[in-house]
Amino acid sequence: MLNIFEVSETNKMIEKENLDVRTITLGISLLDCIDSNLSACNQKVYEKITTVAKDLVKTGEEIEKEFGIPIVNKRISVTPMALIGGACCKQPEDFVTLAHTMDNAAKAVGVNLIGGYSALVSKGMTKADEMLIKSIPEALHSTERVCSSVNLGSTKTGINMDAVRLMGEVIKQTAEISADKDSADCMKLVVFCNAPDDNPFMAGAFHGVTEADAIINVGVSGPGVVKTALEKVRGESFEILCETIKKTAFKVTRVGQLVAGEASKMLGIPFGIVDLSLAPTPAVGDSVADILCEIGLEYAGAPGTTAALALLNDQVKKGGVMASSYVGGLSGAFIPVSEDQGMIDAVKAGALTLEKLEAMTCVCSVGLDMIAIPGKTKATTISGIIADEMAIGMVNQKTTAVRVIPAIGKDVGEQVEFGGLFGYAPIMPVNEYSCDAFVNRKGRIPAPIHSFKN
Amino acid sequence: MNKTIITVVGRDTVGIIAKVCTYLADNEINILDISQTIIDGFFNMMMIVDTKASRKAHAEMADELKAIGEQMGVHVLCQKEEIFDSMHRI
Repeated sequence: MLNIFEVSETNKMIEKENLDVRTITLGISLLDCIDSNLSACNQKVYEKITTVAKDLVKTGEEIEKEFGIPIVNKRISVTPMALIGGACCKQPEDFVTLAHTMDNAAKAVGVNLIGGYSALVSKGMTKADEMLIKSIPEALHSTERVCSSVNLGSTKTGINMDAVRLMGEVIKQTAEISADKDSADCMKLVVFCNAPDDNPFMAGAFHGVTEADAIINVGVSGPGVVKTALEKVRGESFEILCETIKKTAFKVTRVGQLVAGEASKMLGIPFGIVDLSLAPTPAVGDSVADILCEIGLEYAGAPGTTAALALLNDQVKKGGVMASSYVGGLSGAFIPVSEDQGMIDAVKAGALTLEKLEAMTCVCSVGLDMIAIPGKTKATTISGIIADEMAIGMVNQKTTAVRVIPAIGKDVGEQVEFGGLFGYAPIMPVNEYSCDAFVNRKGRIPAPIHSFKN
Repeated sequence: MNKTIITVVGRDTVGIIAKVCTYLADNEINILDISQTIIDGFFNMMMIVDTKASRKAHAEMADELKAIGEQMGVHVLCQKEEIFDSMHRI
């Protein structure tokens, strides 16, 4: 039978160490909403989302009460909109109406974000894909809860450089159109290489075409729990360090698995995956950078950071995999800057640079995330940053992403404020040498060789 | 059997256990096990109860016990057993 110390340990994790379930994300297929008539398509999309997700928020709240664990976000992901609107959208403005419908449906069912205003263009763009991409600045600006993502490359197809070039411009436009609020619309826009179909985390969540009609995916969290566990093994060997991370990740993931199973049962919707990511928040003690410091670094970004992060990421997976029947999504340690107080401190101290963050993305999920850069950064430079990150994902057969915020009217030394879960970010310097001629080449980078790995 | 874990954390006060037990008896909730100890200087009590015949739904019971705890300046939590089982048992 359970003993009082076990019960107390769990409750301490929840109350003092910020253990929570970060998100229950309901994936909904909209493939059956395709229609050649725009208003009919909009209506079908609204009805499908509001019908399938009508009990999502209520169910999440019930589970919170039953187990006494906070479920921070209840969210929805849908089939990439470029596929749904392809038959009825004749111009980018038509796609914007679909974004409004997503936004209205999200508000009607009470979820805080809805993902899937997306296009998958890793090899080429259809007309619909291109129209959707061009509509992103307006779609994000005129909605509150819609998130957008674009998959620009994969290990199997290579990198679509035409789309990379276009996305550099789109990110810049998205920043300009929301210049009055620190270019905050860019927080809802991410580009990927090897985007997973079942990611529950925003802004990159979408419901892949290989998925069932509806599915429950859960993202757990718990950097604070790992940090506290590591405080007890200071100075111990790597073996003990790794064992401690594994055991903690196991416990955290089991909670995610339990919540996912319960939500699936209550909603009558199949369980998809648990995403094992360590997702930080700006709350004190809920930081991945603090874990790196606890492992032995003065600041995240110091020499040794990439190795420490590789170790952390691997142990989280090893512990988590056994705790869940199905693991998927992004699964690893997130290293966003603005959402992690320890990362912010490291940037302010000059310990962490964009180049070091890029190196760190080679060994963890996901990529250059929530990084504020000077507003004067050229679109081609943003495309260059994206291309570098996509190349890391393509060659290493992993998911990588870029979510940068060009803060219009601001420069290095200033900071942007987003509020809430998104936090704030000091603006980081970007290498100012040009990559125009590289980015302006047409076509795509071929897929890498899959053999002769020496 | 539907097991729920009730925990009471706070400063030790006269009548904590009595009040919680009275509430449970009034609502047909059977106590299976009680243990208490001091952790980090705080009074900790844990009860394992069976809510199969309970007159109250879980959420209602949790809210009402929380209110009883607040009157006495202690923190009362009601959580289904599964969260602890899944975390501490393979």
